[in-house]
Amino acid sequence: MIEASALTKRYGDVMAVDDLTFSIRPGVVTGFLGPNGAGKTTTMKMILGLAAPTAGTVTVGGRRYLDLPAPMRHVGTLLDARAVPASRSATAHLLSLAQSNGIHRRRVGEVLGQVGLEKAARRQVGTFSLGMAQRLGLAAALLGDPEVLMLDEPINGLDPEGIVWIRTFLRKLADEGRTVFVSSHLMAEMALTADHLVIVGRGRLIRDTSVAEFVRTSGLHSVHVRTPDPDRLVPALEAAGAVVAAVPAADSTDDGTALTVTGLQSAAIGRLAASAGAVLYELIGRQPSLEEAFMKLTRHSVEYTATEGGTE
Amino acid sequence: MTATVTAVSTVEDAVPDRPQRTAEAAATFFDAVRSEWTKLRSIRSVRFILLATVVYGIGFGAGISYAFGRDYGTLDAAGKAAFDPTAISLNSYALAQLGIAAMGAILITVEYATGGIQAVLTAVPRRSRVLAAKSTVCALVALPVGTLIGFGAFLLGQAVLAQQGAPHVTLGSPDALRAVFGDALYLTAVGVLGVAVGTLVRSTAGAVTLLAAVMLIIPTISRPLPDAVAHLLMKFWPANAGSQVMATQHDPATALGAWPGFAVLAGFVAIVVGLAFRVFRTRDV
Repeated sequence: MIEASALTKRYGDVMAVDDLTFSIRPGVVTGFLGPNGAGKTTTMKMILGLAAPTAGTVTVGGRRYLDLPAPMRHVGTLLDARAVPASRSATAHLLSLAQSNGIHRRRVGEVLGQVGLEKAARRQVGTFSLGMAQRLGLAAALLGDPEVLMLDEPINGLDPEGIVWIRTFLRKLADEGRTVFVSSHLMAEMALTADHLVIVGRGRLIRDTSVAEFVRTSGLHSVHVRTPDPDRLVPALEAAGAVVAAVPAADSTDDGTALTVTGLQSAAIGRLAASAGAVLYELIGRQPSLEEAFMKLTRHSVEYTATEGGTE
Repeated sequence: MTATVTAVSTVEDAVPDRPQRTAEAAATFFDAVRSEWTKLRSIRSVRFILLATVVYGIGFGAGISYAFGRDYGTLDAAGKAAFDPTAISLNSYALAQLGIAAMGAILITVEYATGGIQAVLTAVPRRSRVLAAKSTVCALVALPVGTLIGFGAFLLGQAVLAQQGAPHVTLGSPDALRAVFGDALYLTAVGVLGVAVGTLVRSTAGAVTLLAAVMLIIPTISRPLPDAVAHLLMKFWPANAGSQVMATQHDPATALGAWPGFAVLAGFVAIVVGLAFRVFRTRDV
């Protein structure tokens, strides 16, 4: 269980994290989602006592991280898998971490086995692929058999096989009753990996929701309509509260005018067309991708946006 | 008949049932020291630096002794009276201290260079414990290495002086053992200073440059200064004052006694270490 209450971090004039309140429950994988620069890493640093909050509190299992007598036995952390001197062996790296928390050296071999790195135990970390480095980072997080796991972008840069592996691995850890908190900037990936989402943008909490609920309510669905009678249909739709956008002229041939309608379901559009006497050639409901829903949600909170010609 | 089972590693196998949690033992300072020791042993550059430090610490001791021994005959009476064979043979400390200081600095700057500082402070959130453990490990290495350099430079240096027909002493001579172990103490103090400066500066190059300026360059450029200033600097600058622990003759005009001099260095190191602890405890990572 991780509980943040009004957590705030200010760097000069920049509010990196702004009044963030959430609680991360055990037994599920919680995705911590937001565009780059949204304050995810800063939040994780405050949870771990690496950065001091400007205001607010955050606890792990009811205690401040800094008060944990042997933190690795409570919280396993993966922040930057590459942050190991290149000439150090995987075993030496894990041993030094285990020793710092009084964890038996037997665990080093065990966690290397758990992540499938036992054959690379003696190899220098500098020779590792990114996938292997991520596995090593996960092994380090597991050393103390912690009830909370906190992983910063563990999927970044992994090949598809590695992604499936880590997804399954996190699922298993959550099923054992652990709290698994995983940050990412990839919505689609989180939809497959996480059960619950905490979405932030510009340091603020945007949504705290289950993945299923997010998918159901992302509210971006639109309906594609093709009609030869736009003059009759469009006013009727607009009168009913829909927003109608004409698809560019290149698409408006003898086959009628293509329209994108939001704010009304297909059935309602069909009924309105009938009563307005407009013929419909096409009536297609479109589900948005999760990535679109996420981008729409966080668009206004992205710090720097490229100037672009409205790509909806 | 036995079925052949091919070992396929799956996640199901990979995550064993959670072992029963035993009563939790709090991590200790000793745990942190063991961890830092493991890390030190696996930094390749540290082994190289220490080897080089021992080689030139002893080698330059012999070289300096050769030069002083060769020129002994040309000295005037005052120069002959001030000839301190012990201090001459141990003069290589001036170079050896750079290697030891670099090792001390690297113990912490390597964490900043790789980004591993986050993992270190996540594993051991008590920051003063991290810094104390690094300083302890540095001292545990610097003390025996410094002792080796002290004995090596002294014994080889005295042999060279003897061979040149210049005055020379033995380990049994007055204050000789104090000076030899003083070399080790001086180098240990500079090693701990290296950890502190590395903590403050956070980069290996920056820390080594700063340490070289403070410990090596400022002491040698004092000569052209006006006499009053130069004498003050030669007497009280931490590097000069500390080096008196390796001398058996002290001119009261320009030098403190052996232990008062070393106390000045120790006090200086303590202040910088205190500053490092203060900054390290509150700095965001």
